[in-house]
Amino acid sequence: MKLALPLHEVIQKDRSRIGGKGFALAMMQKSGMHVPDAICISTEAYQEYLTSTGLRDQMHMELYRKPFEEMRWEEIWDTALRIRNMFIKTPLPSGLRKQLRAPLASRFSRRPVSVRSSAPGEDSSKTSFAGLHESFVNVRGVDSILEHIRLVWASLWSDRALLYRQELGLDVEKSTMAVVVQKMVFGDRSGVVFGMSPVHEKQSAVEAVYGLNQGLVDGTVEPDRWILDRKSGRILSHHPARREKILSAGPEGVRLENLQGTLRRRAPLRDREVKEVYALAMKAESLFGSPQDAEWTYFKDTLHALQARPITTRSASSEDQRPWYLSLHRSFDNLRGLRTKIEKELIPGMERVAREMGGVNLPALSDSALAQEIGQRNRIHKEWLETYRRDCIPFAHGMRLFGKIYNDLMKPKDPFQFISLLAGSGMVSVRRNQMLVDLAELIRKDPSNKACILEGKGDDCKPEVRKGLKRVLDQFGDLAWEKGRLGEDRDRLMKLVLQMASRPEKGTSARAGAPGQLEKDFLSRFDEDQKSYALELLDLARASYRLRDDDNIYLDKIQGQVLAAVEEGRRRIQGRSMRESKAVATDDLFNAVQSEAPAHKEDQKAQQPAKKKSFSLKSRQILGQPAGPGMAMGKARVVLDSSDLFSFQKGEILVCDAVDPGMTFVVPLASAIVERRGGMLIHGAIIAREYGIPCVTGVPDAVNQIKTGDFITVDGHLGIVIIGEATL
Amino acid sequence: MEKDLNKVKRDLKKLLQSQPLAVLATQNRGQPYASLIAFASSDDLKSLYFATTRSTRKYANLSGDSRVAVLVDNRSNKASDFRWAMAATATGKAKEVNAREGKKAFELYLAKHPHLKDFVHSPTCAFCEIKVQTFFVVTRFQHVVEVHIRP
Repeated sequence: MKLALPLHEVIQKDRSRIGGKGFALAMMQKSGMHVPDAICISTEAYQEYLTSTGLRDQMHMELYRKPFEEMRWEEIWDTALRIRNMFIKTPLPSGLRKQLRAPLASRFSRRPVSVRSSAPGEDSSKTSFAGLHESFVNVRGVDSILEHIRLVWASLWSDRALLYRQELGLDVEKSTMAVVVQKMVFGDRSGVVFGMSPVHEKQSAVEAVYGLNQGLVDGTVEPDRWILDRKSGRILSHHPARREKILSAGPEGVRLENLQGTLRRRAPLRDREVKEVYALAMKAESLFGSPQDAEWTYFKDTLHALQARPITTRSASSEDQRPWYLSLHRSFDNLRGLRTKIEKELIPGMERVAREMGGVNLPALSDSALAQEIGQRNRIHKEWLETYRRDCIPFAHGMRLFGKIYNDLMKPKDPFQFISLLAGSGMVSVRRNQMLVDLAELIRKDPSNKACILEGKGDDCKPEVRKGLKRVLDQFGDLAWEKGRLGEDRDRLMKLVLQMASRPEKGTSARAGAPGQLEKDFLSRFDEDQKSYALELLDLARASYRLRDDDNIYLDKIQGQVLAAVEEGRRRIQGRSMRESKAVATDDLFNAVQSEAPAHKEDQKAQQPAKKKSFSLKSRQILGQPAGPGMAMGKARVVLDSSDLFSFQKGEILVCDAVDPGMTFVVPLASAIVERRGGMLIHGAIIAREYGIPCVTGVPDAVNQIKTGDFITVDGHLGIVIIGEATL
Repeated sequence: MEKDLNKVKRDLKKLLQSQPLAVLATQNRGQPYASLIAFASSDDLKSLYFATTRSTRKYANLSGDSRVAVLVDNRSNKASDFRWAMAATATGKAKEVNAREGKKAFELYLAKHPHLKDFVHSPTCAFCEIKVQTFFVVTRFQHVVEVHIRP
């Protein structure tokens, strides 16, 4: 069976082996439409690759190590990255390579092509999922084409596809992927046409941009839009875009450039052309029997059809979070804009708000004013949370974008090697921890301090220790996590610092600086004229890594101010006499404290009475995600509330539901981190990398499976937590 | 946890009933020895049964040390096992039971292995019960839970 089929050889029964996209192109070409020449790589090539390389077996291991229902989106992204790296690292077997090479070389040689996904079933009218799989434009040379075919295959398992795994019926044994390798047409104007508008069934819609349409499809270039009457093709309205950018072909791949001035003022299509594009959609519709969504391009005034598929509307319920996750994929330019906003606007804004709140003399407020203050602070905190979700979380994609580009170029053995280029970038939480470690060093030098701290007489410590403590508290005392503040109890904080003082120094310091060699190797892969782009990309990724932690710290400072006001309220209520407190139900302050105070999950702490049942279950080895390499054994400290955190002993393993940067001041004492929330790029994982300690994230129900004092082993290489000793 | 325990017990029962054979580990002065046995399990999961002739090495080992481990799994010897296969290692103590006191167990065992009727009733054959102390249940390649059983 032929694995590479030119369009003109495609017949009806090939449909399932070349996928909907390839089949539609062949049909359109047969009907006389202008379709750039293409070769379809059939699904048998994918199957052969998977079978003969053993990749299928590896995928079983990778995809099913945890049930998908127990995985967060970030873990799914990580899984997709690992799978993508397997495809990058696994060359085509020589027999398969030979079979594909000859037809590609004879037809395309050094001519530029696009390499597009064409998953069977993907374009059926039931399930159309545009954009779940990858396509590449302007690829040159047979070797590069073959590499990109592997990337398209890998995208069958992209994070986006994995999110829609149920609808797609994704299954390692059954799912498959065909590829279309198509001659590149460098159109000067391109776009999409909807034979039937997704929002109005009596209308059609045309969208157009200057240059290549990749920019329109991925949302980086805003298109002009025309609405037409679906029946007559009459133009009903034109909605011009702010025409600023154009996506053009580079030596390889594409580049975003500024649109030249004269074009900015002119719509990319004339009315006659809009109608010609509409006619293309109608012709495709009569060919395939249902309304089509088609991509097209004008090259020297000739209209070419690039692809067509049935129109479907994805009905998303408001509970479906997946569209939001998909929206986290951001382009380089979008991320650049976000960074400026976060650094110049949001962080200074959060600092200012926290500072202003800090300036309020809470004890001087009347009860009702304090009640108002609590409500006000809570509202402000909620607003900032919303902003954080809207702007800060998406910026974390900067790391992911970098990781993908890094892996494509460097093909590293470890798909997360790129993180070592990002670590050590001066995070605020690490600076805070360093201040605590320095304080510990002062105590170590003069043991007389130790006695003062142990007796709870911190004020009798040496002046430099008192000053050091004040410095920490001034800067970070209000830093909060869900359950408490760093500065809420000085004595306890000092006892924690004392723990640090009793630890040999080398274990408590974050690793400084990023490894230079990796950076050099990475940059050396770029041509001279692309160096500044590479540097900017790296810088953006580092900012993304650092800000992921930092913006939380600033947010936590606002939360700290909420807690400070609530603490003041609680103190006043507790100070009241019994008689007074009988009237509390109608009291403003009481209500404010009750409604704004973080709920304490007492039930988690409650010890189950030991029942004498004949069967009992105990977790022995739990699978999570390997988020920081290394192995550690020690006693678990399960952190449910602030007293757990302040009781942290050196060498213990931090076990948490979700690590917040406001809590990570104990990390210099910890020998490993275990977290229920999963991912390679989350706070627990990031801080663990900074200190070079093992970390396993995504451990289901970690805080209930593990108890404080349990002896546990954390295998950060394999992502495993083992509870108990090895002996029976 | 109670819900989880019930699920694990259900899965265990299914596994034990679906598999006719298991691997029995015994030892002799520190030398481990593994052998294949046809086994059956009690409904309450507390006992496993198997039969062996008295001249076997495993029987000799058991006479010296009654502590055993039994491995039961449902692998198909394909890569998909890493996702789907389940393995359970039971640890406990084995002892021989005679036909009179073990009547119910005999019936249970022969219902599962009717073709072993003559073998079990041979005077040279020992019918043994393992009182299980712990099941170590492995799924998804590396996910391990322990089910402890009080006598």
